[in-house]
Amino acid sequence: MSSVLPAVLSDLTSGSHRGVVVDSPPGAGKSTLVVNATAAMVSNGHLPLMIVAQTNEQVDDLIVRLVAALPAGVGVGRLSAQGYVAPSRIASHAQVTVGSKVADLGPVLIVIGTAAKWATLSEGTWPWAIVDEAYQMRSDMLLRIANRFDRALFVGDPGQLDPFSVVESERWTGLTWDPMQSAVAVLLRHNPDLPVHRLPVSWRLPCSAAPVVSQAFYPFSGFTSGTGEGDRRLGLSGAGAGGPLDAAVEMAADTGWALYELPARHTLRTDAEAAEACASLARRVLERGAVAYSEQARDGAPVTASRIAIGAAHRDQVAAIRSYLGDLDITVDTANRLQGREYDVTIVLHPLSGRRDATAFHLESGRLCVLTSRHRHACIVVARAGIPDLLDAHPSTEPVHLNVPVKFPDGWEANQAVMAHLDGHRVALS
Amino acid sequence: MSALTALARVSAVSSGVAQRIATVRHVHLSDRPLVFIPLALAGEANAPLAALVGSSFDSPQLLVVLQPRNRDERFAFAARLAAVFLSYVDSFRGETETVPAGRNTDPRERYVDAPQILVPNGGGVGFVRLLGRSTRFRRTEGEYAVEPSVPLLGRWLTFFAERAEYPGSSLLLNMTGALGMHWATGQSAVEDANLAALVGWIDPPDGMTGADAALEAEDPLTWPPAGPATDPTFDNEILAPAIEAGSLSRLESALRRQLEPTWELMWRGVSLLRNLPPGARVERRWAEDRDAFTGYASYVDEGGYPQARRDGAVAAAQRLARLERAQVLYDAQRAYDDPLILAEYRLTGEAFAGTVTASAPDRIDDSGKRRVLRPRVTVSSSDPVRFEPGVSVVSPARPSQTGRVVSVSPLPSGFEVVLELSGGMGRGLTAPPGSVPEVGERLTYTTLTESYQAPAAFPAREETPWTHGGPPVEYVPDDDDAVEEWS
Repeated sequence: MSSVLPAVLSDLTSGSHRGVVVDSPPGAGKSTLVVNATAAMVSNGHLPLMIVAQTNEQVDDLIVRLVAALPAGVGVGRLSAQGYVAPSRIASHAQVTVGSKVADLGPVLIVIGTAAKWATLSEGTWPWAIVDEAYQMRSDMLLRIANRFDRALFVGDPGQLDPFSVVESERWTGLTWDPMQSAVAVLLRHNPDLPVHRLPVSWRLPCSAAPVVSQAFYPFSGFTSGTGEGDRRLGLSGAGAGGPLDAAVEMAADTGWALYELPARHTLRTDAEAAEACASLARRVLERGAVAYSEQARDGAPVTASRIAIGAAHRDQVAAIRSYLGDLDITVDTANRLQGREYDVTIVLHPLSGRRDATAFHLESGRLCVLTSRHRHACIVVARAGIPDLLDAHPSTEPVHLNVPVKFPDGWEANQAVMAHLDGHRVALS
Repeated sequence: MSALTALARVSAVSSGVAQRIATVRHVHLSDRPLVFIPLALAGEANAPLAALVGSSFDSPQLLVVLQPRNRDERFAFAARLAAVFLSYVDSFRGETETVPAGRNTDPRERYVDAPQILVPNGGGVGFVRLLGRSTRFRRTEGEYAVEPSVPLLGRWLTFFAERAEYPGSSLLLNMTGALGMHWATGQSAVEDANLAALVGWIDPPDGMTGADAALEAEDPLTWPPAGPATDPTFDNEILAPAIEAGSLSRLESALRRQLEPTWELMWRGVSLLRNLPPGARVERRWAEDRDAFTGYASYVDEGGYPQARRDGAVAAAQRLARLERAQVLYDAQRAYDDPLILAEYRLTGEAFAGTVTASAPDRIDDSGKRRVLRPRVTVSSSDPVRFEPGVSVVSPARPSQTGRVVSVSPLPSGFEVVLELSGGMGRGLTAPPGSVPEVGERLTYTTLTESYQAPAAFPAREETPWTHGGPPVEYVPDDDDAVEEWS
């Protein structure tokens, strides 16, 4: 990444472009890039600087990392909604001032807030801006904040979920400023000459996962794993009782992937058997005393409940899985909410499991990409048998619209690619 | 499809008749709707072929185009439709009422009633939209001039079609959509788009099951398609020879036979919907429709431009924000009005029902600058409660009161939820009797909210930022406005 940052900054400050885009695959050091870019802009005097993130949690995470990286005495203003209570990790820093108006922040040169908060400002201009998670932001949000800055660095992961809306409308399809598109898509359609940089290495995904995720979801840009064969290892210290759950956990520990395949069946979204299987697998990982050996912990670190996550497509599925977990403090969430997070082991309820049809929602490549790229060591996918057949029966039927750029990867193809890989890691329930 | 709808569809199959999925009617139904059944010529983009239109069952008016490929006749059809349509719309521009000033609005006048257009299906809405698009920019003088009523019709049709996108609006309804909101049949969603099959499931003739009636509806001789597309066999064997012969009377009688069964179905649909009691908030949404109607009528009077062909960057973002806000409100209002819809949210974990087991109506919170009344109630529920502390919930029985979840603790069966209440209790430090739920009361709480939200701020049109193409050029009406890229 050290090689990308100088090029990014020189494009941004050269004066010939108003914006620079940096595409980052999962775990490629996007946040580090934002922090380092900020530090460089502070030391070069490219100030005042506004920083935009998408959620309060992202803003707070970023502040913690910024404070650690910036020289003492550089103040950071945290623009927040009224009623926001700063968590202790923010409030404990004297460098950080919190306020709901810019005037309340004092003479700080770095102001950071959520896009939604920035959109409430009707005046003020910052010469420099960094927009984090720009692919998660809808273009109408960018429209509301773009008059606040002169030049901006947009950072994000193009493979993640596209922003969505509760209303469906085709009336803007094909317009260059379609408000349903991501901020970066609209930005690049109006400014096709903007430089686009890519971070080439994923530090999160192990070498068992990077090629799979790269080929399925980033077919043209591609990336590699920062760690090699043997750098990461998942050990199981406890003995297993045999049986499919153990077989799946062992398969995942050995190869980084496992497909825990339930018998084919059409089910409700909240498939009780599949939900229970997700919870049981998570529990079995803990019971087997999994230990993660990596470049960060050469002597091994135990995989605790907080290092395991279970992902699903829908909120009711999340609730169903949670109901089988009892008091275990394991993260269970939807793909949308798991974006940007990292765990040692993830368990994924496949979006197409038990379905009779493959809708655009369930085929969206970003959903599966998020779910299968959160792990540092292993990913176990839970699914009903027959997904490849379901895919074959439902080829993409989305209409082709005039004036809409073709988007890659194709969700159907990405799903096929992942299933083809998982076929070699199958643990089937007889 | 939600679990309850899936269940209703299954029981529709086993019982042989469509099942209600709503306890009340969620659309407004006018006393005098304008039923409009358009037909288009196959193979041409939205070329009007015929229409049956009228605001009472006994007096449908048949409009026919002798040669649908002739564009002059197409606009002559639009002029004849305009005569019916615009006089119907104008008939609502009589009595007004005064709406008092609101939070950010001045007092205003509003018509006491508004027109309502009913088309058979989603395709009918599309026909209205496209006919509006092809007529609203037409010139009334010079080359290819049309009747002055034609562009005016185009603007009104566009108004109705755009309003149909607005969640909760009833100005332009499609019958299959309106019926499908209230009944689940034992057939697929694609089959539900056939009006005859859908009405057959809901109200099968004596001695028949819904499935029998739907099967019969598949025969285009008994039940011709409800438009805008026509039956291909009819096209080939009856329509083509009649157009070729150029005989108006032959064409009229053939098309009347195609349209009349649908006309009957439309009015059967109207009476099916009328038999449902309206939801409590339907009237409120209709008032918004009347506001929109009043606003557009005066905009037309003031000589405003026809609706733009496409939205600019700012207009698109603003419209999306309005639509999203309306959708959230509409979802909440339907759930508040209808326990069956609220039950769906209980199943997805966005609501829970329970009985009040403890109540502290006089609890005062004095931790802040000011002492405030913050009663607490404990609700025990057998639903799987999935709320975190801090979440705000509202009970449809007490919509002005907000409860903040203080704690959720598991019971042997179910959960116990402690809520801290605010609002709906007057301004004093003692709660008026009845304003705080009492022990033994059964309530449902949900996160759906119909509370006011300030509209989002957008840059002015001329301040469109560089990320979105910069400020657009000013619109100047032009002879080429009506030209399509492909025409």
